[in-house]
Amino acid sequence: MKRYLRVIAAVWWKDVRVELRSKDIFTGMAVFAALALLILNFAFELRVPDKRMVVPGVLWVTVAFASVLGLGRAFISEKDRGSLAGLLLAPVDRSAVYFGKMLANLVFILVVELFILPLTVLFFNVSLISLPLLLVILLGTIGLAVVGTIFSALTVNTRAREVLLPILLFPIILPVLVSGIRMTIGLLEGDPLSKLGNWLQLLIIFDILYLAIAFLTFDYVVEE
Amino acid sequence: MALIEIEGLEKAFGRHRVLRGIHLAIEAGSSVVLFGPNGAGKTTLLRILATLSRPTAGHVRVAGVEIRANPEGIRQYLGLVSHAPLLYDDLSAWENLRFYARLYGVERPEARIQELLERVGLWPRRKDLVRTFSRGMVQRLAIARALLHNPPILLLDDPDTGLDPQAAEMMTALLREVGGSARTVLMTTHHLERGLALADRVLILAGGRLVFDADAATVSYNDLRPLYDRYVGGA
Repeated sequence: MKRYLRVIAAVWWKDVRVELRSKDIFTGMAVFAALALLILNFAFELRVPDKRMVVPGVLWVTVAFASVLGLGRAFISEKDRGSLAGLLLAPVDRSAVYFGKMLANLVFILVVELFILPLTVLFFNVSLISLPLLLVILLGTIGLAVVGTIFSALTVNTRAREVLLPILLFPIILPVLVSGIRMTIGLLEGDPLSKLGNWLQLLIIFDILYLAIAFLTFDYVVEE
Repeated sequence: MALIEIEGLEKAFGRHRVLRGIHLAIEAGSSVVLFGPNGAGKTTLLRILATLSRPTAGHVRVAGVEIRANPEGIRQYLGLVSHAPLLYDDLSAWENLRFYARLYGVERPEARIQELLERVGLWPRRKDLVRTFSRGMVQRLAIARALLHNPPILLLDDPDTGLDPQAAEMMTALLREVGGSARTVLMTTHHLERGLALADRVLILAGGRLVFDADAATVSYNDLRPLYDRYVGGA
């Protein structure tokens, strides 16, 4: 178990270190998110009486779309530089590699969200800083990272991998987006989190279920 | 008992059969060089041994253990050097080896990394990013990476690909040094002279079949060249 955790930490550390040096993933995700928010801000200004009404949808769709850019890179960069085999040769259960990669993706998406949230406040003039809302965003982000990382591994050996990842990923993460948007609407309208229990349960069950599926299937997904 | 035993090994990608009934036993401490043209199945064979690819049929045992039964344990026995160095350009030589030392749970990693970097002549460049290294330096670092956990089996998949003759000679000398009698080496290459210099057993793989198997001491380059051309031509 100690070795398993050490491999998770090593893979996480390596991904974060490489990203701090190259900034490939963060730059792409952040620029995309800023542009998406800017375009949506202007688009909704023309037709919607109160822009704040569309904030939940705008926020979650921007996070989901920006995440796909980073999630795709998780295994594509390993495959392209030929280092994926090095990770898979580690003498532990390969799910440790998955968890290390997933946690690194989680950090990358959370950092981009730290960038997106103030921009959303600025563009849409709405307060998003509340503990229940941050909890909902965290749970939703975990869902995106969990599913996105396993699908990134699944598509990395395909020819049209950049196209295939969003096509496979978005239908699967629909429960995350729907529950995230529903809870954000409720919280912005002043509902307590306890009133949104069903959506919260859905999000938590989704995260746990896909974490278990990824744990059980990762070895088969990456082996030829 | 042989250290590596392969019986009736088959591998197919869809309808394309890459390996067709390979039988092979490799004794501990031997240096086996596997020649073959592109597409012969050399890389696939090594990837199956490294547990990176699943056989379609047949058995592969390392130290008497079926590799599918305990892949994690088998991987501790193996070091792999391929034409892809399995290194990160945005990490330094030291950081790359530190990362792999963590993956393999190497004891006293700092001392081991220093020992290996000195052995491959990269200690003065330990803090430099791998992206600043020449191809030859990258491959030397890849050998250090593969030896970090002191594996009894070293798998070398075309390790001299893309090296200039001088770097390739240096690589051959280094491989001869790290091979030693205590380590079992299985290497694939297209370069007959270089392969013969390292081998004590020579194999030729063509069309997914082992078509030639001989003691290297009984085979000279002049014998091997026409044999290789015949098998490759017929593959």
